[in-house]
This record gives sequence, structure tokens and C-alpha cells, in this order.
Amino acid sequence: MWTYAGRRLLLAIPTLLGASIIVFAMVHLAPGDPIAAVMPAESSQAEIEATKKAYGFDKPLAVQYLVWLGRVAQGDLGRSIATRRAVILDVRDSLANSLVLALSSSLLAFGIGTALGLLAAFRQGRWLDKAASAIAVIGVSVPHYWAGIILIIVFSVWLNWLPAMGAADGGGPLAYLRHMTLPTVALALIPLGVITRVVRSAALDVLNQEFVLALRAKGLAARRVFTHVVKNSAPQIFTVLGLQFGFQLGGSVLVEAVFSWPGTGYLLNLAIFQRDIPVLQGVILVLATFFVLLNLAVDLLQTLVDPRIARH
Amino acid sequence: MAVVTALPHDAEPIAHAPMSYWRAVGWRLARDPATLVAGAVLVCIVLAALLAPWLAPYDPSAGSIRLRLAPVGAPGHVLGTDEQGRDMLSRLLWGGRMTLVAGLTPVLVALALGTVLGVLAGYVGGLTNTLVMRTMDVFYAFPAVLLAIAISGALGPGLPNTLLSLSIVFVPRVVRVAESATVQVKGLEYIAAARASGSGVLPIMRHHLLANVLGPILVFASTQVSLCIILAAGLSFLGLGVTPPAAEWGLMLNTLRQSIYVNAIVPALPGVAIFVTSMAFNLLSDGLRDAMEIRA
Amino acid sequence: MSADNAMESRNNRDPRVSADAPLLEARGLRKHFPLRGGVLQRTYAWVRAVDDVSFDVYPAETLGIVGESGCGKSTLARLILRLIEADAGTVRFDGQDVRGAAPPQMKRLRRDMQLVFQDPYASLNPRLTIEDAVAFSLLVHGTRAAEARERARALLGRVGLDPRLYGRRYAHELSGGQRQRVNIARALVLDPKLLVLDEPVSALDKSVQAQVLNLLADLKAERALTYVFISHDLNVIEYVSGRVMVMYLGEVVETGTADALAQAPKHPYTQALFASAPSMDPDRRMDRPPIAGDPPNPIDPPSGCRFRTRCAFAMEQCAQAPPALRPVGPGHEAACYLFS
Repeated sequence: MWTYAGRRLLLAIPTLLGASIIVFAMVHLAPGDPIAAVMPAESSQAEIEATKKAYGFDKPLAVQYLVWLGRVAQGDLGRSIATRRAVILDVRDSLANSLVLALSSSLLAFGIGTALGLLAAFRQGRWLDKAASAIAVIGVSVPHYWAGIILIIVFSVWLNWLPAMGAADGGGPLAYLRHMTLPTVALALIPLGVITRVVRSAALDVLNQEFVLALRAKGLAARRVFTHVVKNSAPQIFTVLGLQFGFQLGGSVLVEAVFSWPGTGYLLNLAIFQRDIPVLQGVILVLATFFVLLNLAVDLLQTLVDPRIARH
Repeated sequence: MAVVTALPHDAEPIAHAPMSYWRAVGWRLARDPATLVAGAVLVCIVLAALLAPWLAPYDPSAGSIRLRLAPVGAPGHVLGTDEQGRDMLSRLLWGGRMTLVAGLTPVLVALALGTVLGVLAGYVGGLTNTLVMRTMDVFYAFPAVLLAIAISGALGPGLPNTLLSLSIVFVPRVVRVAESATVQVKGLEYIAAARASGSGVLPIMRHHLLANVLGPILVFASTQVSLCIILAAGLSFLGLGVTPPAAEWGLMLNTLRQSIYVNAIVPALPGVAIFVTSMAFNLLSDGLRDAMEIRA
Repeated sequence: MSADNAMESRNNRDPRVSADAPLLEARGLRKHFPLRGGVLQRTYAWVRAVDDVSFDVYPAETLGIVGESGCGKSTLARLILRLIEADAGTVRFDGQDVRGAAPPQMKRLRRDMQLVFQDPYASLNPRLTIEDAVAFSLLVHGTRAAEARERARALLGRVGLDPRLYGRRYAHELSGGQRQRVNIARALVLDPKLLVLDEPVSALDKSVQAQVLNLLADLKAERALTYVFISHDLNVIEYVSGRVMVMYLGEVVETGTADALAQAPKHPYTQALFASAPSMDPDRRMDRPPIAGDPPNPIDPPSGCRFRTRCAFAMEQCAQAPPALRPVGPGHEAACYLFS
């Protein structure tokens, strides 16, 4: 198992380096002079010279990449074109808000999805199962940014129950909670669909195993069977939960744009609008790193729970 | 010679007419109500998009300030008008073209390129496999939305850029599925039997390998169409896709978003279109997957 | 070869009196598979699947190869046909070097030596009709499509599957026995001289086994075929083979005629095999030491004689160097220090 963990760790390094190459390449993918991609148009000649030197634009690409990687490793993600603030500061401020949203929506989706999936499995073929399947399909088919708009229309415009925009800076915890409710629900839709499906099929797998059939045949109480099913399908369910949490970090971009939630997604949205490539780079690099590390953690935890996986 | 007495033949005659695999799949698809409904809805959506120039009652980019945000059912405008007074029905019809192109093209590109790369990596194995698969792993370092935004964000808005960035999102996914299907089939004895008969690599690929890996790859690709449509419209929603004044569902959703306080129904319509299309594709791919699980 | 000989398939000619050159000569065949692991996927051990195996197969005989599962029989089959490359050794077929054959020459050689696989499910392409599956080999060798189909259908008829009923069917519509008939037809459609049968009846019910074995015997007689018949089932091997080769952990421990082995097995492993095989013959029941324990791991075989860890007669000498095959009777050899 430890060799598998070591191997898995080792494989994460080229993946991270590859991801950093893609992020680095963004400056050169941008149309026009790369200097224009990282500097405001009205910069002075001296500023431009200084930036050119810092980025090493006159050197070969490989050297530029290493120089950039070195700066990134020290936490220097460059400066925003729009605000001239260090990108790392903006990312740091917004990341917490995004994590809150990703966590709350994952938990919401996990709670409802697990319940629905288990119920569907135990009532296979009945109307409850069909309803759960319908919810699962809707969850993965709905454009969540549109769902966010619908939530605003219903709960903010018509019912006026919950606020539509922002995160209530300085409004206290209750106001913060009220502001995060709608984005949480919108963001929970996709993982809700996915988790319901996975839980249902995992539970059905366990229910159809011979030992459970035997338990049921022996007339074992439904509650005991239920505990059995939950215990045996738990590793699979937690894996999906971990992966979904990672997707939430990236997926929140669109929902944050709808609700003007001050997270990384909103920052990205602003950067796209202002064509602020350094901010784009910074946010994407940080989120991708987070995503890779999270997947790694899920993998390693999984081996801990179920050592059979390491043999593959 | 007959040491063992001959027993009755172990064949029992099979009554039904022989049917090719794909015909059997089609037969099963045609008997699944959810798939039929989804298919019918999709046919309508595709026809509506194709026939937009003839079906649309108005020019999709011509508006009138006096007629802004007319409600659904307004005289002359069945689905109302948008924030610039343009006819919603016309814009939805025209917008479907863009969304369908942006949603289907990347998956088709991924299907072609991903199958070639994945089958190659899986069949050849060794260093080629390591090289291809590790490169694909790099793209897995990003959630799909983020990768699309990274590339589109750097390239700038526009339909070609959207198609490029979404293709980059979906190629690695197809490669993974194609590679694992190929590795699995490659180990089966009928491939060894074909090699034992003296067949070269190409006939084996054509007659034995592709026919058996294309099924799972196709099913997987079909599950990705719905995601691709949501992502394509999402990029437009962020201002990274089609540029105004062109009509595209995601873009329409974005420009109408500010108007929900005036008229709540009309701004939601483009989202309904995205939702229905993506759901129809999802149901269709579910049906396809079930129909292709014929073998015991 | 004469018609007499082919008819007499059960009692093969004795190789000692044969003037014919062998059809197949294997010398010193070796195949070790690397096992990789650890953080850097380094090779940490080798599975010694086949180790220094030599034998001859004469025209029109059936050589049976028997041994427990995991003893390298299937690897050996694939080495003979060069479906996998050997690490060392030579294979000569009809005097031609198989391992050194260039691709065009190899393609011609493949017409003459074919393989029937064990698994009747994995060995047929689920997307081809059975007549297409059989005809494929002919198409590979340039036969026109119409003629290939005609010949495939004729052969299907010969193996007991009426082409009008079964030709257009897919493998999943057939029973295990029927699939194995298709596999046999596919192997025979190129008119090979040698057929390597890798556990061809192991996956089938007993009653179906008998039918397929009879079919194989009839085909052999009709077409003057030479068989290498691999099985773990001693009863099957005794029934079909003229000569038998016993394998243990990748090595040959004994060879001889089927009758000699049945009446007087020499190597303790062969004795144990016969003792443990269910027999209808009361004379043959349990008068020899039964086999003890599980076969050792082929990754790390015992030093010297690989059977010594389970052998009732193991001596000090057995651990030091592997015993060589030595004559123990007419056309009968065993690798055991008991006979040196």
C-alpha cells in the first residue's frame, strides 16, 4: 500500500508541472504581444522594461517558463492589469469564499443525494425510485447558472425572502448565511444528480450481493440490512463526494458570476471582462493545484479504506 | 474409432431471425419510451435550428426601443421581446444553431481524435502509451469548466476559440475511455486468434478491435454532449463565446439577466432551451447505453 | 503419410521407429515474465513460465501436454506459434526457423500452424457472424470474399453447424460446445498441418467434451493433422494422446507414450498426477503417494528439482542441481534422480 501511495504522489508531480505549463502558456496563447497580455496599455516605458526583465520575454520559452515557475513557487503570481495589486492577494481573499460555497453545496448535495439514492435502491422500480432517477437526470442536465437565475427570480424578486447578490460584507454571520443560501442550492444541483445516481447503484450492488440476499432470506430486520448496505457502499460514496467537492471549486465560476459572490469565480469573471490575464492565470493555477491535491488525497484515503485498490 | 458413443447434438434450434448487433440496438432503442420522447424533442430542436431563416418571424438582430421586454404572448411576439426589443422567438431559433454547433462539434472532434489517440496508445502500449496517457493526465488537473475558461480566457471571445477550448476539454476524456477499452479488448483471445491467422495490425484493428471498442466510446461520447452544451452556453454566458449581437442561448441569458426585475419570464427562456436540449441528450445517451448492454 | 496411419489416430506410431523428420522441433524454449512494482515500477522478480523446454512433434501424432494450471502450458502454446516472443531457444516447423522468420515468411508459416483457444467466449469476436469469423483468416491470405465465405460455410457444416442455420449467427447465440466447433473451424480453414489445442474442452460439460473430442479425432484422421493437445485433465490427455509430456512449473519432468505413462509413470510428480486423477479403474486407485500441498510459486521456484518441496522421495541431491531428462524405458524419459 505504501508503494502505491508513493507512486501516486510521484505521479502527481508531472501532472502539476504539466498544469503549470498550460497556465504559463496562457500568456502566449493570448493574441498579440505577450507584454500586452500582462501590462496595462497605458504603462510607462520604464514599467514595460522592468516587466520584460522580470518575465524574461527576450529569453527562450523554456527559460521563461522556469523563471516564471520560480516566481510562482515563491508565491509571486504577478500583478493585476486592472488594479496593479499582487494577484496572490486577490486570490487569497476570494478563495475562502469559494471554499465555503464549495463545501456547503457539497454537503447539501451529499445529504439529499445519499438519502434519495438509498431510498431509491430500497424501493427499486417503485415511484420513489423513478422520482429519484428523474431528479438525478435533471440535476446533471440543468445549466446551473440558469438555475441560479431562476432561484433569484423566485426567492428574491417574487417572494423577496433572500438576497440575490453579494456576500453581505460586514453584515454579520446571519446575513452571510442568508446570502450564501441561493448560490449553495444552485451549485448543489449537479453533485446532487451525480451522488444520487452513484449511491443508488452502489446500494443496489450491495443489495444484490449474495450475502445480503442471504441476510434478507433469513428474515433479518430491514434495519440491519440497511446498516449493512450503508457500511459496504460507504467507500464508493465518499470517493464521489471528494471528487465532486473538487469539481465544485471550478464549477462555481458560473454560479458566482450569477450571484456576484465574491469568490474565485467572480474574480475570474472580472478578469475575463477586463482581459486581465495575470489574474486569470493566478486563479486557475491555484484552483488546479487545489484540485490535483484533493484528488490525490481522495485516492490515498481510498487506499487506506480499501487496500484492494492499490493492487491495480 | 468412436470410443464414446455419439450423443445428441448440443444445438437447440434458435427460433428468432438473426439480427446484426447495431440493428438489435436500434430495435431496443425504438422500444424505450423515454428515448423516443427525447429523440423526438431533439429532432424538433435540430429542425428548428436548421430552418431558423424560414421559421423566424423577425430579423433576430433588429430591435425596437419602444418594444423592449414585451411579455410572453404580446401581439406579434409570441415569446415576447428582449432588452433591446428584439423578437425572442426569432432569437431562440437562431440561437439554437450556435449552441448546437458549439455543443456538438467539440464532442465530434474529441470522438475522432480521442479514438485515434486512445486506440493507438492502448494497442501499441509501452512508451507510446505512457507518453499519451501522461499528457492527457495533465488536462485532468483542471475541472472541465476551469480548463475551458483558461484556454478561452487566454484566446479571447469568439466561436472558433470556444470550439478549440472545448475540444481540448473533451479529447482527453475520450482518450481515457478509448485506451482502457482497447487494452481490455486487446487481451481477448479472438485478437490472438486473428494474429495467429497471420493477419497484420490494420485488418485486426479494422475488423476485430474497432468494432468492439467503438460501442463503449460512442456511449461515453454521447454522455458528454449534454455537458458540452452546458459548457458552451456557459462560456458565452461569461462573455467568452459568441460575441454580440449574434444570438446564442448562453449569451442571451447573460444580457437578459439584468431585466428579471422588469419581466421575469422572458429572461428565463434561453435557459429553458439549454435545459431541454441538454436533458434530451442525456436521456438519449442513457437509452443508448442501456440498449447497447445486450451481451450476457 | 499413409491413410492407415491417419485412420489409426488413437494408437500413434512409435517415434522410435519413425523415419520421418519431426514436423515441429522445439529446443531450449524459455520465457520469463517480469513483475514490476514499487514506486518506480522496477522489475523486482521474474515469473519463470517456461524454462528450457525441448521436444519434437512428429507428423500425424498427437502430443499431449499435461500439468497443473500455472505450469506454463498455455505460454508454451503461444511460444510455439510465436504469438509471444521467446527469451531463448529455437522452434523449427517443417525445417524452417519460426523465431527468425521475417514477416512475409511468418505469414506463410501461420497458414500451417493454428491454435484453438480454451475460452469459447473470449475467443470469438462478438461483432462478427460466425461465418465471417471463420472466413476472416482466408481473407487475410488473399482469398476472394465469395470463395472465402463458401469455404467457411462448408467447414462449418463439417464441424456440425449447419451453415444455413448458424452461418449468420453471432457467437453469443451459440452454446459453449457450438462456439468451440466454430473455433475449430476457424483454425482449420487455412488447411494447417499442425493444430495446437490449448485446453479445448476444459470449459465444456462432460457430455459436450466427448462430442468435441470425437470431432477432433475424426478431423485428424480425415485431414492427416498433427495435434499438440494441452490439458490439465489427465483422462482427456490419455484418451487423445499418443505421446505425453508432463510439465511442472515451467519444466518438462517426463515424456513417454501414453500407455507407458499410464502403466508405469516414473517421475514422482507423474505418479502423483495419476494417483489423484479420478479413475474408473479399480486397479489404479491410490497405491501411490498422493501429492502434498499446493504448487510453489513460479515467481520463486525451489532450487534444484522444482518438485522436491512436494515430493515424497526428496533427497539431499535434489536441492542442489536440477535433474536432466534421462531415458527410463523405450521412448520414455524422466527428470528425476531416482533413475540416475
